[in-house]
Amino acid sequence: MSRQAVARAALALFALALPALSQDLKSFEERTTVHKLANGWTFILVERPAAPVFSFCTVADVGSAQEVPGITGLAHMFEHMAFKGGPKIGTKNWDAEKKALDAVEKAYTAYQAERLSPKSDPKKVETLLAELRARQQEASSFIDDTGGFDNILAREGATGINATTGTDDTRYFYSLASNKLELFAFLESERFLHPVFREFYQERDVVQEERRMGENSPFGRLLDQFQITAFEAHPYKQPVVGYMSDLQSFTASDAQKFFDTYYAPSNLITVIVGDIKPAAVIPVLEKYFGRIPARPGPQPLRTVEPPQDAEKVVVVEAAAQPIYLEGYHKPANTHPDQAIYDAIDDIFSRGRTSRLYRTLVRDKKLAIQVGSFSGYPGAKYPNLWAIFAMPAFGVTNEQVQEVIRAEIARLQNEDVTDEELAKFKTRTKADLLRAIRDNQALANQFAEHQLLYGDWRELFRYLDRIDKVTKADIRRVAGETFRKNNRTVAMSNTRTAAAKESTR
Amino acid sequence: MSRFLRHLLLLLVALPAASQVDRVQDIKYPPLASFNIPQPQRIELENGLVLLLLEDHELPLVEATVLVRAGSGYDPADKIGLADLAGRVLRTGGTEKMSGDQLDDWLEGRAAAIEVGVTEDAARVTMNSLKKDFPDALRILADVLRRPAFDAKKLEVERNRAVSNVSRQNDELLEILFREFQEIVYGPDSPYGWTETYATLGAVTREDALDWHRRLFHPDRTVVGLVGDFSSSEAERWVREALGDWPRGPQTKLAAPAWRERLTPGIYYAEKGDVPQSGIIMGHLGVRRDHPDYYALEVMNQVLGTSTFSRLFSNVRTKKGLAYAVGGQVGTAWDHPGMAMIFTSTKVETTGASIDALLEEARNLTAVPPTEHEIDTAKRGLLDSFIFRVDAPRKVLGQQIQAEFHGYPRDWLSRYRAGIESVTPAQVRDAAARHLRPGEFAILVVGPTQGQDKPLATFGTVTPIDITLPQPPGSKNGR
Repeated sequence: MSRQAVARAALALFALALPALSQDLKSFEERTTVHKLANGWTFILVERPAAPVFSFCTVADVGSAQEVPGITGLAHMFEHMAFKGGPKIGTKNWDAEKKALDAVEKAYTAYQAERLSPKSDPKKVETLLAELRARQQEASSFIDDTGGFDNILAREGATGINATTGTDDTRYFYSLASNKLELFAFLESERFLHPVFREFYQERDVVQEERRMGENSPFGRLLDQFQITAFEAHPYKQPVVGYMSDLQSFTASDAQKFFDTYYAPSNLITVIVGDIKPAAVIPVLEKYFGRIPARPGPQPLRTVEPPQDAEKVVVVEAAAQPIYLEGYHKPANTHPDQAIYDAIDDIFSRGRTSRLYRTLVRDKKLAIQVGSFSGYPGAKYPNLWAIFAMPAFGVTNEQVQEVIRAEIARLQNEDVTDEELAKFKTRTKADLLRAIRDNQALANQFAEHQLLYGDWRELFRYLDRIDKVTKADIRRVAGETFRKNNRTVAMSNTRTAAAKESTR
Repeated sequence: MSRFLRHLLLLLVALPAASQVDRVQDIKYPPLASFNIPQPQRIELENGLVLLLLEDHELPLVEATVLVRAGSGYDPADKIGLADLAGRVLRTGGTEKMSGDQLDDWLEGRAAAIEVGVTEDAARVTMNSLKKDFPDALRILADVLRRPAFDAKKLEVERNRAVSNVSRQNDELLEILFREFQEIVYGPDSPYGWTETYATLGAVTREDALDWHRRLFHPDRTVVGLVGDFSSSEAERWVREALGDWPRGPQTKLAAPAWRERLTPGIYYAEKGDVPQSGIIMGHLGVRRDHPDYYALEVMNQVLGTSTFSRLFSNVRTKKGLAYAVGGQVGTAWDHPGMAMIFTSTKVETTGASIDALLEEARNLTAVPPTEHEIDTAKRGLLDSFIFRVDAPRKVLGQQIQAEFHGYPRDWLSRYRAGIESVTPAQVRDAAARHLRPGEFAILVVGPTQGQDKPLATFGTVTPIDITLPQPPGSKNGR
């Protein structure tokens, strides 16, 4: 498919008539191939031959929402471990290393049992720790750094190597020159065929530091408190990075169990975008990824967040300037009302023409920044619509709150203007255009939509839903959502000198 | 054709595949399809303005980047923050024809944007719009550059923002770390080390902003880059119409920002008590990008700390588990020396252990010089990933405009591969010895005192840094 075809698609996107939108979708359908392996792994191939490169995104249908206390943070920990190589990648002698790793796990189990025992003996703990360190050192001696996963990718010129874990899913991605498709297939199939939990406990220390980095930030600490307060039962309350005590306790065996449950091939989707030919790619995918045996996928999540029936407020004190945050429960992003929440977001807080920028920042000068987001902390399950503001110097959170509440009331009592609604629709269409202009971004978008809606086409169909949003819809949703008993307020206030004394 | 048939056909066409490899070394890569770096067209107008044009017809979008020699490097010492404030109001304050609010409405209603960002070397004005709005957006962009109104009310909105940001300067650990380190490296008298204060922001007047624009915004101090869905001849005509009669500026030489060549080595410490980690950064002045060692440093930096296979990443993070974020490089900048620095953040209890670990890697770069394998990995990686710096016209233009603005050779970008290919292990070794000198390091730690594993005095005489914010003039207990 040529660059002209992409241009045609894009032009269609900007025509006003709805039939043109479906034409645009059609043009993407022409160069998109969906191929599902017998083991259940779904591949989506998008031809875009502008330059001899490709990007991919593999998304696993598992995030921190699948965790329970004791193993919080494990989805993210597994993501880290997915860069450690396998029996064929990064080892000097796999058979010997395997034995050494088993010995590490045994030593860790003994150490942990003693450490967490109510009648723990510090001396014994120390001896068992020394034993663990010795076993770790032995296992490390088998690691082949020069042949490790990261090393291979760096050497082969891979770009944008990374992975992310959220509440809903875990994503792995990078870009390579298009003659290196087989390298991708080899590395990525090995990764999920038989992961090896090399240096698990060292990496667990790294993840603890990652958590501490978040704790350095007053906004990070406030967000933690916000979701812990807003959710009563649903795992969306848990921090993606995990609770510190869990990060100090979960084991490589836990990670293996997690992998076995959630990384069944049927739980994985990979989107490849770039200078690729499906006829040449599919046999390579069959050959490498087809090696992974099918196994049953995980059970659906059971816990449902009960309706909120009281306003919740949490106040954090920090040696920092104030931050204001409030949120309201709303349905999952797959709900037909999602486009309406996005409209509210746009009208409320996007850009210098938004209502809150103009009142809070420009006219009253009470805040220096305001933003809202819909789908916090995740999108797959019922979640929060949230708004935050950074009060200006000398302004309190309460002053900012008052203005936000007045704007919310206005949204409930008066129609938005034609210009506001039109601007939302124009910007959303342009967003899509800008979001798909590079291969990696397009791969991520397709993967996200295939996972959430079961169909990548929803990325384009969303524009139909945008076009249907009316002023009455906005008033209805604002009325249903922005109720006192559906609200959680989280504020970070500046700790005063007196308060600081009393906490020490 | 139904999708099913199409699918079936694809499978039938597929050639019988060879068996899968067992080791990564056994993968045979077919030759990469040839790819030519798109070259922007360069036009110099009679008034000295340089225009770079690069067509990209994939999507109906256009982007403009305008670089003007009006960076914060020219800020007076008693008005630090002038260029940043004036730059923001250049856009938000509207033009002679449109108020700031009208400008906001016009742009946002068309999913377009004009924004200004100021760095030490340039005021950077960017514009993006849909193809259909491009001619109008370009005219507005020209008005912003030539006829800004600097509305006094919008100046106060931006001043409120800037002053409030001063009050937040000590809220984030890493912000403190990088800010204070820049001052240590470039010196308290250098714009490269400056930070806005209540007093310097309070001193900026509307007249200062007007003067900033009058002195520095001239076509012969400006480079305009356009990339997107337009015809070059048409775009050139539009630019000539909008900017062709912009008169040249006076030929006065402005003093370039200065910096100090030598810092005072030792350990510096700023206390921040409410965080679980210490931020650690160490280093000294780096070099300019046109230094003969530039390519050797690119390779060296990969080995030291800019890649996932780097020594810092694999030793400090992966093996020792001391940190999540760790990195380092001998930094280069276009028009002044960058910073040579190594940094991490770690729990307070491993502050000393992490300083030791970073110093060890810095010393080892000369004591245990990069192996052939390390250098080969770095070079191959840089060469094979180069395609990602040029695989889209906007990426090419983004780099070419910088080279043009800073007077680098026009083939600067296409020289890169040859530059990397020619680097020898001896050059990497020499570059490391010349440009990373642990004996001359300033080591800065920001974080809690309580809980540190060893006294910072272990590493040298400690110079305390007071980060307490002075109260703004006229305020009592923070209003």
